[in-house]
Amino acid sequence: MASELDIRNLMAKRAAREIVGGMVVNLGIGIPSLVPNHLPETTKVMFHAENGILGMGPSPGSGLEDGNLCNAGGYPVTIVPGASYCDSVTAFGMIRRGRIDVSILGSLQVSRQGDLANWIIPGKKVPGMGGAMDLASKAKKLIVLMSHTDKKGNPKILEQCTLPLTATRCVDMIITDKAVFEIKNCELVLMEYFSTTSVSRITAQTACRFSVSEDLKVIEV
Amino acid sequence: MIEIENPFGKIATLEQALAFFKEEMTVMFGGFGGVGSPPNLIEGILAKEIKNLTLIGNDTGFPNIGIGKLVSQGRAKKVIASHIGSNPIAGKLMNQGVLEVEFSPQGTLVERIRAGGMGLGAILTDVGLDNTSVTKGKQQMELNGRSYLVETALTAEVSIVYAEKADPYGNLVYDKSARNTNPLVAMAGDFTIAEVKEIVPLGGLDPEEIVTPGIFVDMVILSNGVNWKWVWEEN
Repeated sequence: MASELDIRNLMAKRAAREIVGGMVVNLGIGIPSLVPNHLPETTKVMFHAENGILGMGPSPGSGLEDGNLCNAGGYPVTIVPGASYCDSVTAFGMIRRGRIDVSILGSLQVSRQGDLANWIIPGKKVPGMGGAMDLASKAKKLIVLMSHTDKKGNPKILEQCTLPLTATRCVDMIITDKAVFEIKNCELVLMEYFSTTSVSRITAQTACRFSVSEDLKVIEV
Repeated sequence: MIEIENPFGKIATLEQALAFFKEEMTVMFGGFGGVGSPPNLIEGILAKEIKNLTLIGNDTGFPNIGIGKLVSQGRAKKVIASHIGSNPIAGKLMNQGVLEVEFSPQGTLVERIRAGGMGLGAILTDVGLDNTSVTKGKQQMELNGRSYLVETALTAEVSIVYAEKADPYGNLVYDKSARNTNPLVAMAGDFTIAEVKEIVPLGGLDPEEIVTPGIFVDMVILSNGVNWKWVWEEN
């Protein structure tokens, strides 16, 4: 269990390196929610929540939760100095108008060209798209944080997504428990990999072709 | 205890509010994951055994939180929402064909509600234009060289919202992230009922701080507060 937790934090830590001071960042549930723990305290970022918070802070301590101050997932948060509350229309206006610098989401599948499928498994899991379509299509940079394969070992990075799409050609970067890919001009490029794996093993676990960056690196976290 | 005057007749009891609800009604509700949903009104609708409701709101809450209670006890025939994932019973009822669910991307949904409240017929957006599950059955149009989806406005027979404070005119002030969809939902009801934590006298709210002008609010009831356990309290 410990190693699984560690890899989730390593992925979050790698994602945190994509964030610089002054950015507006929206985080999805799951591994993306771990990202703030890995930002240096000097990096001032405004975290955005779809329900209507700009300037979310960390979770409150036990016993300090406020039922009227929660993130989009319904869990208690705090705010930072300079934060503001707004209604959900305004929160989504910020998204549609392109004011979110980085959106970090989990996903079920991503295609080679950057299509995102993360809102439904027909007949099984029907969570709904929530704000994922708005965020995926409008954030300046979309980073997907997900396991490289599903629980059965099937690749989640594919030539074409087999699950219904959330949005097309929207993913800019994929960070998995194996590697970091960038998607540039609809082409998947392997940029970095964890030292626990290799390019040939990543190739075997990825169901589409990709190119390897000339600048290929082992992930430093 | 200050005696609150009721010159507009908007301040009422829960029982008076519940008289407005009947079967087959379209009810729009404020709240996001149950946060900012009106607990006493939901409990009252549940207790009155009102069925076949069409519910419009951001999500279906959690099974025992917010609007989730009505959904998980089978009181809705249709839900228009962006997300039902935190209430597994909603997904189960949907897969069984018992509950019709119309999904709308979250930003589009709240904008449709806002449009309804603002007297507009529809909005134009490009979110979901690349997605057949969103575009299905909807009109598309070109405008200034760009493509848009026509998303129709939403209104409801009754809107129920939760606010921190109200005055006798129904002016509303919200609390932190419990504001969420409430100001939009408040405007989109043919009849809007606000359940509030506190009722202050006329003049007790600074006009600069009022988020929802009382013109959109037809009835105000005093809340006994949240009667469910939040998810984080269960652990």
